[in-house]
Amino acid sequence: MSRILEVRDLTVEYATPRGSVVAVESVDIDLAEGEFLGIVGESGCGKSTLLFAIAQLLTPPAAITSGSVVFQGRNLVGLTDKQLAASRWRNLSVVMQSAMNAFSPVKSIGAQFADAVRAHENWSRDRIRQRSAEVLRLVGIDPMHLKSYPHQLSGGMRQRAMIAMALLFTPELIIMDEPTSALDVVAQRSLMVQIKELQDQLGFAVAFVTHDMSLVSHFSDRLVVMYAGQVAEIGGTRTVFDSPAHPYSRGLLEAFPSIRGPKVPMTGIPGNPPELINPPPGCRFHPRCPVALAECSSVEPELYPVGEVEVRCLLHAKDGVARV
Amino acid sequence: MRYLLRRLGFFVLTLWAALTINFLIPRLMPGDPAIAILARFHGRLSLSALHAIEDSLGIQTTQNIWVQYVTYIGNTLRLNFGDSIQTLQPVSQVVGAAIPWTLTLVGVTTILAFCLGTGIGALAAWRRGGKADSVLPPLFVVGTGLPYFWVGMMLIILFAEVNPWLPVALGVDPGVTTGFNAEFIGNALRHAILPAAAILITSIGGWVLTMRNTMVTTLAEDYIRMARAKGLSSSRIMWDYAARNSILPNLTGFAMSLGFVVSGSVLVEDVFNYPGVGFQLVQAVENEDFPLMQCLFLLITVAVLVAVLLADVATALLDPRTRTAR
Amino acid sequence: MATIDVSAGVGEAPDTGRRSRRDFRFGGNLWLAIRSNRKASVGLGILVFFVILAIIPQWLKPGDPGAEIYARMAGPSAAHWLGTTAYGQDILAEVIWGARPALIIAILAGLFATVLSVLIGVSAAYLGGVADDVLNLFTDVFLVIPTLPLVIVIAAYAKHSSVTVLIIVLVITGWSYGARQLRSQALSLRNRDFLQAAKVRGERSSYVIVFEMLPTMTSLIVANFLGAALYAILTASGLEFLGLGDTSSVDWGTMLYWAENNEALQTGQYLWAVVPGVCIALLGTSFALLNNAFDEISNPALRPVRRLRVTHS
Repeated sequence: MSRILEVRDLTVEYATPRGSVVAVESVDIDLAEGEFLGIVGESGCGKSTLLFAIAQLLTPPAAITSGSVVFQGRNLVGLTDKQLAASRWRNLSVVMQSAMNAFSPVKSIGAQFADAVRAHENWSRDRIRQRSAEVLRLVGIDPMHLKSYPHQLSGGMRQRAMIAMALLFTPELIIMDEPTSALDVVAQRSLMVQIKELQDQLGFAVAFVTHDMSLVSHFSDRLVVMYAGQVAEIGGTRTVFDSPAHPYSRGLLEAFPSIRGPKVPMTGIPGNPPELINPPPGCRFHPRCPVALAECSSVEPELYPVGEVEVRCLLHAKDGVARV
Repeated sequence: MRYLLRRLGFFVLTLWAALTINFLIPRLMPGDPAIAILARFHGRLSLSALHAIEDSLGIQTTQNIWVQYVTYIGNTLRLNFGDSIQTLQPVSQVVGAAIPWTLTLVGVTTILAFCLGTGIGALAAWRRGGKADSVLPPLFVVGTGLPYFWVGMMLIILFAEVNPWLPVALGVDPGVTTGFNAEFIGNALRHAILPAAAILITSIGGWVLTMRNTMVTTLAEDYIRMARAKGLSSSRIMWDYAARNSILPNLTGFAMSLGFVVSGSVLVEDVFNYPGVGFQLVQAVENEDFPLMQCLFLLITVAVLVAVLLADVATALLDPRTRTAR
Repeated sequence: MATIDVSAGVGEAPDTGRRSRRDFRFGGNLWLAIRSNRKASVGLGILVFFVILAIIPQWLKPGDPGAEIYARMAGPSAAHWLGTTAYGQDILAEVIWGARPALIIAILAGLFATVLSVLIGVSAAYLGGVADDVLNLFTDVFLVIPTLPLVIVIAAYAKHSSVTVLIIVLVITGWSYGARQLRSQALSLRNRDFLQAAKVRGERSSYVIVFEMLPTMTSLIVANFLGAALYAILTASGLEFLGLGDTSSVDWGTMLYWAENNEALQTGQYLWAVVPGVCIALLGTSFALLNNAFDEISNPALRPVRRLRVTHS
C-alpha cells in the first residue's frame, strides 16, 4: 500500500501578546492508503491544531512555520486556497466535532451538499441530488432529509450527515476532529462502527483525533500519542495499547479501568499539562513522570525506535533497549 | 407562525404606547399648555376653530380624562388630527405634503447606507488584519460621534462657499412647477444630494461597525472553516455563509436603529430647510403648533414601527430557525 | 449608537464573554488595555482635554463668557483668537466655558441611563420567565420609539426649561439600548458555574447579582456608559441647536443656534458656526472611540488579530 500522506517536521506557532507559542513541534506522520490512524492526547496537546494544519485550515494567529505536508505527492504547505481547491473535498475531506456548528444554520443540508459539489464539478441538479441521496443512504439517513435544516436533525443524525457530506467524492483521506465527542456513549460506538464499515467498503484513509484513547484503539491501525505539542509515542495500535512504552501513554491507559481485569486502585497522572509559552526544559513530561531520570530535566529526548513503535523518552534512548 | 404573531403583538402594543405617550405628554408637563394655547388664541379664533384645537389635542376640559382619551384614540384612528395652528389648514394636509419629501430622502438614503454599510463591514471583517480593517473601522467610529446637523453645516460651507456646485437649501428651486416631470424631478434630486450626503456620512458608521463585529464573530464559527475545507471560493464563503448568517440576527436591530437615523434626519432637514416631515416638526415646535407636532411625532413613530415589522417578516422568511422557534 | 450586536426576536445574542471570573481583573489591566489600544488612547486624550477645560475655565478665560461687550463680528485677532459673534461675545471664551455644561450633561445623563440599563437589563436576565418577558417588552417599546422627535415634543411642552429636565428626558430615552446589551451578556453568564456555586452557598439573589455577576460585566457596563454619554451629548446639542435648550446659557449647541439665527453661514462668520460644532464632534468622537475600545475589551473576539510572518521554502 502506498503512502498518501507524509508529514515531515511540521511546526505550528500561535502569535500571542506575550510572544509566539509553539503549539505543534516537529511532527512526522505517515499515512498509507486505507489506513486508520488515531491521534490521541489531553486537551491542549495540539492534536486538533495538527489536524487543521495538515488540512491547511489554520487561521491567524496560528500559522505553519516550518515543515511539509506532502499529500499525494504534492506539498500543501504554502499553497493558496485556489491552488488547494483542486484537492479539497475531492481527495481530502474533513469531519468536525460538532455538526451543529459545522453546518450553516440557515441553509438546508441538501444545499450545503450541493455547494460542496458545485465548487468542483459542473454536475446537473439531478445528478447532485442523486449523489447526495446516495451518500445519505450510505450512512443510514433517509434522503428526504436533504430538505431539512441542521437544527431539525438529531445530534447523531447530524454527525452522520456530516460524514455523508465528506464522502461525496469518495476521497482518499478523511480527517476527523473528535466527531464522537459530542455524542453519548451508545451513539459514539455506533458511529465508529459505521465509519469502520464505510472504510472497509470504500477504502479511504482516516486520521482520527480524539481524547478517548480506549474508543479509538478498537478501530485504529496505528496510534499517535501527543503531549505538549510533540509526538510522545507512535506505532501500531495493538503494541501501543498492550505495552505502552512512554510513561505518559502508560498513565493514560492505566486511567481507564478494565471491565474484565482484576480490581486495581486507579492512578491518574498528577499535575497539569505545561503552558506552551514556556515549556519545561528537557523532556516536557518530566515534572509529572513517575519514572523520570536525572537527565530528563535537561536533555530533550528524540523519538527513539523501540521494536515497532517510536517513543520520545530517554528511558529508551540507548539503542532502543528499554532500561526500565 | 407564533413568531410573527408575537411581533405583530409587539407592533400593536408599541403603537398603543406611542399614542398614549402622545396623549399624556401635554397633560404631564408643568403648567398646562392647553390653557396656554387657549389663552393665546382666545381673542383671535372663532369658537369652532378653538374647539377644533381642543379636539385635536384631545383636551375637552369639560370632560373627564377617560372620555378624552377615547375620543383622542378615535380621532387618531380616523386620521383626524385637527388643524394646524400656524396655517389653520388640516394637519393631515400639511403632513401629507411633507411626507413624500422625507420618504424619498430618508428612505433612499437609509437603504443606500444600509447596503453600503453592511457591504463595507463585511469586507472589513473578511480582510481582518489587513490595511482596510485597520483604517476603516476607526474612521467609521469617528463618524458615529459626529452630530448630524454639524455635518450638514459643514457640507453647506463646503458647497455654498468653497465650491458652489450643489444647492444648499429647500427641496426645489422656487419657480419650478411640481409634478412628475423631468425638470422637477431633476431639480429635486439635486437639492436632495447634500442632505442625503449628510445623513449617509453620519449614519453609515453604525451599520459598518455592527456588521463588522457580527461578521467577526461569525467568521470564527466552525461552518466557515468547513466551507473552506470544502474548497468553496472566498466570495462564496464571505457572502453566502458569513454575511448571510451575520445579517439575519441583526435585521430587526437594524430596523430599530432607524429611530436614530430618523432623529438625525430631522436635524438635517432643518439645516437644509428641506420641506420634509422633520422640517415641519421643527417649525411646529418653534411656533407651538401642538396639533401638528403631535401628528408628526406619531407619524415618525409609526414609520419606524412599520420598518421593524417588515424586518421581522423578512427575518421570518429568511431564517429557517424562526419557523420552529419557541 | 456605535455598535449594535444584539439579536432581536430570534435566538440569543452571540456569547460575549467566554471567560471565567478570574480573567476579569480590572484596575491595573484596564490602564494597560487602554494604552495598548490606539483608539482608546486618542479618545481618552480628547476627553481629558475637555475635562480640563470644564474644570478650570476661569484660569483660561476669566470673566463672564456670555458678556456682549466686544466689537461685533470681528475676525480672529490677538485679543480674540476666534473672533467675536454678532452679539459681541468672545467666541473662544464661549467655547471654553461651554465644555462644562456639555460634560455635565453627557456624564450625568450617561450615568443615570446606565444605572437604569443595568437594573432593568440584568434583572430581566436573572429573573427569567414572565418577569423577563415583561421587562423585555418594556425595553423594546422604549427602544423603538424614535428619540429625537420624542425629546423635541417633550422639550417643546416643557418650554425652554432647565438642564434637569433635559437630563431626565435623555435618561428616559437613552437607557433602553444598554438594557438590551446587558441583558444579553447577563443571560450568557447566568448559568455559569461560579454563579451556581454562589446560589448553592445560599446567597441571596441580590448578592449574587451585585457581587458576582456585575464585576464580570464591568467592561460592558463602561462601554454602555460611554455609549449613553455619546447619545446624550449628540441629542442635547441637537435640541439646543433647535433652540429648545436654555437659550441664554453658554453652551456649544446654543452657540450654534444663535449662529444659525444670525445666518452665520451665509454671512461668512464661519468660526462662529464651525468651532462649537467641532467641539461637539470631538467630544462625541472621544466617547465613540472609548466605547468602541471597551467593546473590544469586553469581547476579545473583536480585538485585532495578530499574524505571524511566515515564509515557506
